Amino acid sequence: MDDFYRELIVEHYKNPAYKGTLDPNDFTYEDENPLCGDHIRVDLRVDEKQIITEAVFSGHGCAISQASADLLMESIIGKPLDEVKNMTKETVLELLGIQLGPVRLKCALLSLKVLKAGLYGIGNIEEELLEI
Amino acid sequence: MNLDINKIKTDFPILNREVRPGTRLVYLDSTATAQKPGIVIDSMKQYYETNNANIHRGIHQLAEEATAMYESARQKIAIFIHARSTKEIVFTRNATESINLVAQTWGRKFLQAGDLIILTEMEHHSNLVPWQMLAEEKNLELDFIPVTENGELDLDTYDLLLEKKPKLVAFTHMSNVLGTINPAKEMIEKAHNAGALVLVDGAQSVPHFSVDVTDLNADFYVFSAHKMVGPTGIGVLYGKEKLLAEMPPFLGGGDMIKKVLLRSFKPNDLPHKFEAGTPAIAEAIGFGKAIDYLSAIGMENIANHEKKITQYALQKLKDVENLKVFCPNVTERGGVISFELGFVHPHDVAQVLDHYGIAVRAGHHCAMPLHEKFGLPATSRASFYLYNDYEDVDLLVIGLQHVNEMFA
Ligand SMILES: Cc1ncc(COP(=O)(O)O)c(C=O)c1O
Repeated sequence: MDDFYRELIVEHYKNPAYKGTLDPNDFTYEDENPLCGDHIRVDLRVDEKQIITEAVFSGHGCAISQASADLLMESIIGKPLDEVKNMTKETVLELLGIQLGPVRLKCALLSLKVLKAGLYGIGNIEEELLEI
Repeated sequence: MNLDINKIKTDFPILNREVRPGTRLVYLDSTATAQKPGIVIDSMKQYYETNNANIHRGIHQLAEEATAMYESARQKIAIFIHARSTKEIVFTRNATESINLVAQTWGRKFLQAGDLIILTEMEHHSNLVPWQMLAEEKNLELDFIPVTENGELDLDTYDLLLEKKPKLVAFTHMSNVLGTINPAKEMIEKAHNAGALVLVDGAQSVPHFSVDVTDLNADFYVFSAHKMVGPTGIGVLYGKEKLLAEMPPFLGGGDMIKKVLLRSFKPNDLPHKFEAGTPAIAEAIGFGKAIDYLSAIGMENIANHEKKITQYALQKLKDVENLKVFCPNVTERGGVISFELGFVHPHDVAQVLDHYGIAVRAGHHCAMPLHEKFGLPATSRASFYLYNDYEDVDLLVIGLQHVNEMFA
């Protein structure tokens, strides 16, 4: 875990490539994990074909939540909005490339929860994300 | 007397394990739950292998043995906390259930709309939520003794709150976040003078120093076995006999009755009135062994040891850059230190420390209102018990320096 964690922190927590806000934007949404105080906001821009052209996150939290948000933003740019629908817990874990215990899993999934709740409404997201 | 920590460490099988190959366990999370000595574990195994039977009803040999063992554990607990009689010792699942029992029986029967309960800002959720539930049901008022910047209860405000004639004061003897040991005896006396009863949450006190419920004059006192080197699944409600006698039963079923008709029942005598159904028999026996173990070492010796380790840790932690202890100047404190490490999130602190085999807690430690008061979503917490030594503290300090390097 050491090397992985170190890399994750250096690459994405300390120097996130997709951190910021967009004004104007086409979609924005924010939420928090009350248990650890992590807070994440996601802003998106899409083109006329509903392809995501820009995606950034802002907020604060632990290395896992921040790094997974950065990786998630990177992965959705250039994709049709519709494709976000198919993204799951597994997508995020694949991006991170590690297994996580239940507590850290919540940190990792916060950005996906924010993204999906923003796009489809909090009532329309999967059970496993709602529990965060 | 100094504790022989090397000997004590060998009493606890888990402390000999490696968390990962080559990394020994440094367990600094006893406030959440304590580790168990071999004799506690063995006593439960032995019971299942030689005495297992249901208690109180059976007439056969095993049932008599099991009943005697279960009741002997109750006797040990009564002696350990200086209760006047075993009638005052009710077995529950844990401290949380004990508090709920009092809220749902005494509270429901004796409190009325508009009555006031005084709590404090440093309570564990288990001494907040049961009262919030009762307050909502019965339209009660709740008020709170504030916590000062220094991490202690503001006793001047307590005096003012008592003028409002509360019916109950409920507070923790020792904070599981700040380590603050509250002046329970003085607070109880003041509450009684104001006409209130007192419930003390002893989840963090009974494991760590000598408690005399009779001298304190507490009306209710609650604690859990698992935090005092005993098993999970069993805890205690101490209540003054006169109060317990006036309270209606909590759960209904077997064992808590003397006589049952189709439409009515007659409750059993104390303390069985509050113990419905088959209890945690093996756990009670393990709990009794835990008390034997702690008593043999001596609660004074344990308290002194923890004091020394905590002072040493507070001193050593000053060497860690960016580290800020949450209320470092509490005058009377037990072996609990919560802290922040610069901007590093407590989850990351705990995860990196875990890599070095060091177990600490990260989060709000079931005390969200206290964290909110100080503007902190979460902290990291190291806590000490009789099996921790100076080397454990040194390893923590080295681990924290690694965290700093990683996040620098
Ligand atoms: C001060 C305090 N009160 C109550 C509890 C609840 O104990 P249990 O979960 O065993 O009921 C704890 C446990 O963390 C505690 O520290």
